[in-house]
Amino acid sequence: MAHDKIWVLAEYTDAGPTTPTLELLTEARALGSTVEAITWGTGTASVAAALGDYGATTVYDVGDIGSALPGAPVSGAIAALIDGGNRPDILLVPASYDGRDVAGRLSVKLDRPVLTNVTGLVAGDDVRTQHPLFGGTMIASARFTGEGPHIFVIRAKSFAAEPGGGAAPSVVGAAAPDTGATNGAQVKDRHAEERSGPKLDEASVVVSGGRGLGAAENYALIEELAKLLGGAAGASRAIVDAGWVPYSHQVGQTGKTVKPTVYLACGISGATQHMVGMKGSKNIVAVNKDQDAPIFSIADLGIVGDVHKVLPALIEALKSRS
Amino acid sequence: MNVVVCVKQIPDPAAPPSLRPDTHTLDRSGKLIMDDSDSYGVEMALQLAGGEGDEVTLVSMAPNGETSGLRTALAMGAAKAILISDDALAGSDALGTAKVLAAAIKRVSPDLVIAATESTDGYTGTVPVQVAELLGLPSITFAKSVAIDGTTVKVERQTEAGYDEVESPLPAVVTVTAGVVEPRYPSFKGIMAAKSKPVEVLSVSDLGLEASQVGSVGARQEITDVSAAESRGSGEIVVDDGDGAQRIVSFLEQLKVI
Repeated sequence: MAHDKIWVLAEYTDAGPTTPTLELLTEARALGSTVEAITWGTGTASVAAALGDYGATTVYDVGDIGSALPGAPVSGAIAALIDGGNRPDILLVPASYDGRDVAGRLSVKLDRPVLTNVTGLVAGDDVRTQHPLFGGTMIASARFTGEGPHIFVIRAKSFAAEPGGGAAPSVVGAAAPDTGATNGAQVKDRHAEERSGPKLDEASVVVSGGRGLGAAENYALIEELAKLLGGAAGASRAIVDAGWVPYSHQVGQTGKTVKPTVYLACGISGATQHMVGMKGSKNIVAVNKDQDAPIFSIADLGIVGDVHKVLPALIEALKSRS
Repeated sequence: MNVVVCVKQIPDPAAPPSLRPDTHTLDRSGKLIMDDSDSYGVEMALQLAGGEGDEVTLVSMAPNGETSGLRTALAMGAAKAILISDDALAGSDALGTAKVLAAAIKRVSPDLVIAATESTDGYTGTVPVQVAELLGLPSITFAKSVAIDGTTVKVERQTEAGYDEVESPLPAVVTVTAGVVEPRYPSFKGIMAAKSKPVEVLSVSDLGLEASQVGSVGARQEITDVSAAESRGSGEIVVDDGDGAQRIVSFLEQLKVI
């Protein structure tokens, strides 16, 4: 079974296509002969050239969806294209908030299953997926056994994004049909949480804190350390759930995937949920008082010690160097 | 107001997980407990539907008539539960599971359906939205706060940048993140009361579904193999004797990060 046509669900912000979108377009070029993108919003014209550079020859534009959440209208538009006879073999969807909504609804509309949390694809007669299991200690391979289109929801940073030098794509309108009651959710207001320094998923150094910090105010140590190292401050789900830091800091399965040069895990035991999001870091340093903490099993340097002693000393040492 | 909470009963995540050698799927034959991720949805439902005439119904799909996880949620205060348990359901994929849950939820005609954003064991994270689509309902995923205002549900939904304020008319499906509320511990009285709360056990045919749509037969995907991930190789683990910070500095110097 050849994979002639690959579609990528493309997301963008004011700054251009999101990095996961470019990663998926790059991978799509390796998988199939024709790469096309589906996107929505009022800024499609301004990102079309970038989507073309990464491989899309056609961009289907759902256009303005107003204040609706994308799940219903965008899945409706994709289903309408497919029902109209324009049928991809594979649809690659970024594992973003909206991407997962679109994939879930489309799955029902087409009556096709979805493979989610994909971190690798192996091309062949039928594409095999790779999924991390048990905190990334095991890898499961899976495949679809039924008819396509095959919908894959893929985690960020599974592939490197590389431009292919493609020409500007043709932009084709693909308006959403009336999706009735399913389109009831409307965004009333948007709030951005301010943060300084490099972005968590782009920083070359990430310093993360967990429950072992003991109290919310001790997160200041993490922020200071991150700043001294020119990095970003991250967090385990435990302290995000506890309300110590905003969700935007969360590293892990439900948070950001990071692959920095150095990941410094402080007071983090290494729950499955967390490890999936940072295991790909080039170097891992862990500080934890429990020598049996799972995080040590993947650490290049592990310090069995008290974060309340090690971190202030580390901050002092770094300050004295500058 | 009638609220349905989807509750998944899973093998204890603290115990070593095991996979069935034949299908590479998670072995669910042992004792199951309520997925901790669902305790937040149960708590949220109890807070939203705490008035006169309000009712919280649990819906779960599990093998072997398993109810221990449901009893935990009933002990927290839910009124009743529907359990779909049928040998034909073994090996169901997310879409098959959603078809089963949607058919069961339909029987209750709820004003609001609450689920976790994803389960702890399978974490596909697609089932609640698939349920919404099957029921023809709007959905708001990744809620970090949920409030009801008349016939509208108001949610703060997590985004890449921060959060959005999102509203939807009821009925609707909402998925909640962990930490959205602090789940209560079941009281002794609650635990005793839970023993006699009604749990309706249904089969696939009770729901009017074809066995070919669900279970491993209906799943149009399969796990082909499971292998050990490339090991990172064990690094150097040292006990801090007051030189821990210096060890880290040396390591960072080696990497030319500082």
